[in-house]
Amino acid sequence: MSAPPVDTAVLTDLQDSMGANFAAELVATFLQEAPGMIADLRAAAAEGAADDLRRAAHSIKSNAAIFGAEPLADIAREIEIEGLRDGALARLEAEYARAAEALKDAADG
Amino acid sequence: MVDAPGRLLVVDDNKVNRLLLSRSVEMLGHTVTLAENGRIALDRLAEGGFDLVLLDIEMPEIDGFEVLAAIKSDPELRDLPVIVTSSVEGLDNIVRCIELGAEDYLPKPVNKVLLKARLTSCLEKKRLRDEQRTLLGRFATQEVARDLRETGFSIGGRRIEASVLFCDIRDFTALSEDQRPEDTIELLNSYYALMFDAISSHGGIVNLMIGDGLMALFGAPKPLENAALSAVVAAREMLDMMAAFNADQQMRAAPQIRIGIGIASGEVVAGYAGTQERASYTCIGMTVNRAARLESHTKTVGCSMLVDEGTYLAVAEPSAGTRLAGVAFKGFSEPLDIYRLA
Repeated sequence: MSAPPVDTAVLTDLQDSMGANFAAELVATFLQEAPGMIADLRAAAAEGAADDLRRAAHSIKSNAAIFGAEPLADIAREIEIEGLRDGALARLEAEYARAAEALKDAADG
Repeated sequence: MVDAPGRLLVVDDNKVNRLLLSRSVEMLGHTVTLAENGRIALDRLAEGGFDLVLLDIEMPEIDGFEVLAAIKSDPELRDLPVIVTSSVEGLDNIVRCIELGAEDYLPKPVNKVLLKARLTSCLEKKRLRDEQRTLLGRFATQEVARDLRETGFSIGGRRIEASVLFCDIRDFTALSEDQRPEDTIELLNSYYALMFDAISSHGGIVNLMIGDGLMALFGAPKPLENAALSAVVAAREMLDMMAAFNADQQMRAAPQIRIGIGIASGEVVAGYAGTQERASYTCIGMTVNRAARLESHTKTVGCSMLVDEGTYLAVAEPSAGTRLAGVAFKGFSEPLDIYRLA
């Protein structure tokens, strides 16, 4: 986990192209929505619902990429394609915590 | 800003994606309607008025593939460009979108320069298609335009039961000699506007206009329950409209128009005739010849409407007409029983 949780260049680019206010609003929306998506992921894993699992992972992946949260997007992509392996769910939750922290910092700064 | 703003439907089940995409599109000057799943998307599309759809693939219930398939199988929506925006994994999924008829595929997160270029190009194509559609409608009648859209164009005909109506203006040449050409064109335009209205409001199509004459089809390309009856009702309306028109003309001391109508019913061969470069929807056969002869014969008899026996029997109002038995027509070996309806 040496890579930074969020590539600030991607985030800056988002702020520049869409406006700082909108970018902040988008980050806030993601931080609101993400716990629900992770809960969906966990529920799908518990029920063994492969389609729901893939869809939840897909959503997290596409949102993480918007903010440059590449390590989070990578784990989500891994789950989308290969399902849950090697404690992927725990890794994803830990990585989300790091990314959320970094995004909050960036929004406050 | 853009030259031609479009009305876009953004379909995505993910809130962050929806916000980002709609904002990006609005910044390019377009207006956006949002749909958060496939079912809502299809509801919105049914309301109409969209120029383009930005469609996500991964959605619960009705996914993007199904929305795409529904759009492409609906004759009213088929030409609507769809750009798939997704981060779906696997080349085969992208190929599937294109095969289903998507105009393009943009991976997420959507690159804004690429988005602008794709939107401009798709909206321009859509504008050209709409223009074509309008032109087609102007020159080919709505029914033929729809028939072309639905079944495509191919030279050739098929046998169908239909009614054919011929109509022209009495002594039009003499009428036009007394007026300025501009006034003649204006008179013709009024006449055609009224006749088209009467014909199309009863399910007929005008498929031929020559000078002051026209030929209309009932029962082709769109089948009618009783094509002969529709033709006769339309003809009565045409005569009523001309009477009203003439009353108005008389008040303005302007020239009046008298018309003659012939209707025949039976088998015709209808379809597209011509070449790949230039063709028209038309129909041929003895029924067509009969209708033309009947129309011409109204001058001899001095009446407004003559119909053949097939038409008369289908209309089923025996008291309404006068039978003219055994009339000989050029090109017909047997004399025909015909009926004067007006």
